[in-house]
Amino acid sequence: MDLFIAIFTGTIIAATPLIFAALGELVVEKSGVLNLGIEGMMLVGAAVGVWVSYAGLPMPLAIMSAAAAGALASLLFGVLALTFLTNQYAAGLSLAIFGTGVSAFIGKGFGSAPLDALIPLEIPFLTEIPVIGPLFFNYDPLVYFSFIMFGLISWFLYKTKAGLVVRTIGESPESSHAIGYPVIKIRYLAVMFGGAMAGLGGAYLSLAYTPLWVENMTAGKGWISLALVVFAAWRPARVLFGAWLFGSMTIFQLQGQALGISLPSEVLSSLPYIATIVVLVIISRNWQFLALNFPTSLAKPFRPAE
Amino acid sequence: MRFQIERRVEPSSFMRFAAPVYATFSTLVVGSIMFALLGHNPADTLFAFFITPLMTINGISEWLLKASPLILIGCGLAIGFRANVWNIGAEGQLVIGAVCASGVGLFYPDPESALLLPLMVIAGMAGGMAWAAIPAFLRARMNTNEILVTLMMTYIATLLLSLLVHGPWRDPDGYNYPQTALLPDAALFELFDPMYRLNTSIFITIVAVFAMWFFTERSFFGYKMSVGGAAPLAARYAGFKQSGSIWMGLLISGGVAGIAGMAEAAGPLGQLSAQISPGYGFAAIIVAFIGRLHAVGIVLGGLLLSLLYLGGEAVQLSLGLPSALTSIFQGMLLFFLLASDFLIFYRFTPFPKPIKSGVT
Repeated sequence: MDLFIAIFTGTIIAATPLIFAALGELVVEKSGVLNLGIEGMMLVGAAVGVWVSYAGLPMPLAIMSAAAAGALASLLFGVLALTFLTNQYAAGLSLAIFGTGVSAFIGKGFGSAPLDALIPLEIPFLTEIPVIGPLFFNYDPLVYFSFIMFGLISWFLYKTKAGLVVRTIGESPESSHAIGYPVIKIRYLAVMFGGAMAGLGGAYLSLAYTPLWVENMTAGKGWISLALVVFAAWRPARVLFGAWLFGSMTIFQLQGQALGISLPSEVLSSLPYIATIVVLVIISRNWQFLALNFPTSLAKPFRPAE
Repeated sequence: MRFQIERRVEPSSFMRFAAPVYATFSTLVVGSIMFALLGHNPADTLFAFFITPLMTINGISEWLLKASPLILIGCGLAIGFRANVWNIGAEGQLVIGAVCASGVGLFYPDPESALLLPLMVIAGMAGGMAWAAIPAFLRARMNTNEILVTLMMTYIATLLLSLLVHGPWRDPDGYNYPQTALLPDAALFELFDPMYRLNTSIFITIVAVFAMWFFTERSFFGYKMSVGGAAPLAARYAGFKQSGSIWMGLLISGGVAGIAGMAEAAGPLGQLSAQISPGYGFAAIIVAFIGRLHAVGIVLGGLLLSLLYLGGEAVQLSLGLPSALTSIFQGMLLFFLLASDFLIFYRFTPFPKPIKSGVT
């Protein structure tokens, strides 16, 4: 039972940074913009979170700074892709490279001094219930927050008028512009939201999951988040399931011995990457299924006619 | 005076060449500001970053040595990028090329054979190609995004390398360092001068540059690929198959990345170690873009990016600045280049004066 609880909670925790980053990217892509720079924004968020925390400021401030840093980093992509109409693949890649460099630069002097980690919340009564308590009510606040964000984003995209506008812009920026919606402005907001969410995902890694700054600590989680959005076929609920699936893959690294697996750690570490490829292949074969929710204008530069 | 943005009637060919110069200049300006903020004299620091490393023969040798893999990989990537085939995982193909070549170098029965080095080149190329063939197959047959697959394959390649040098291939006399035994002499490229590390593998890069120029500018297949990238519908109408471009773009770039990895192991390193490349595969993406996907441009881009590596190391040693500056400069360069590209298609013109009423 203890092993089951460890696997279950380990999966939820490992999935949390992916949920943040992928849900953010989902909103960006729904508005018709493809930002490949998640890896860079997550790293910047992770480094800034640790930086603020080392400066002795309280945890909520560290988390908010990480989100702000992610949003700021996303603006670099936004300016290139939305104002300068650059190829979005190239713009996103440059953000990924730049963010990696900036985060390494920020984190240069951190060393490995102990960090005030984000600790699980004690909920009166609920946390103490046997089995149910440790399974559902023994997480840090950011885990709960990721679920709140999931609810908010699903509600926003499919139940509000503003969400409908975002999705319409993703389908046809030309028509949205003709109706009078400020396409570029809304896309900027979506990109910044995605950046903030990636920053949160990064902060979760460096302040709660590890909790420590390590250069390149995301180890591809930003790219996996991108794959998750495709896997989810642009539906928020499937992002959640996908993130748990990938979260469960990382468990083999942590619990491999307890599960009686005697493979080298490198083989177990490669599982999430292999799973990403397998999942992408399976989902991409079914183009009709993907096309149902695919934002038609994704990654196509748009400039309002003068 | 106010300005407005206006679409050019035709893309400016002047700007196509001026943009990389603008980008380099802007990077230097922002770099100076950054140095000033860090409390260093910008002029001195820029001198230490970009000029000092080239003032010795050893510096020149290191410059060319590092430019060589960047140019080699950049040429391969550019062929794919022209056809809209996005191989982002050259780093992984480089690693696998190094692994395969080192495998041949370490375990070939006759370590003094003159065939050893050529066999290693072939092994490196085959390894890189095989690693790139997986995303090529998945994209061509299964419609799977090659960006994500090539990247995931890079993480897997790095783990495979780590597994080998920590495990079965680790040098038993190597004090537990994650590296293999040294490769035999016959497995190494010859040095031009025993004092410096520059070796004959640079000829492979030179041949590759000419081959790339010929392929893209003079061959029919190269032309078909460029059309497929620039105007997919026209290419389809002409009957050019997309899957051909995908296979060609990925196999060529994977093959040369594999050779680049091989040349690292059989060149400056002389063995396989956990740190086979300081991110050449990723930096080569920038090289390809800076070089406008053209052979000559890629050579210049490779020399520039190589200088960024040297400069980063130099200021780390001389001024104690973090080596992460190199990747910041790399990222900035790409940012400014992409932003400058805007000027190819658009221009700033003075805002027209309001026309007096009555004239319609």
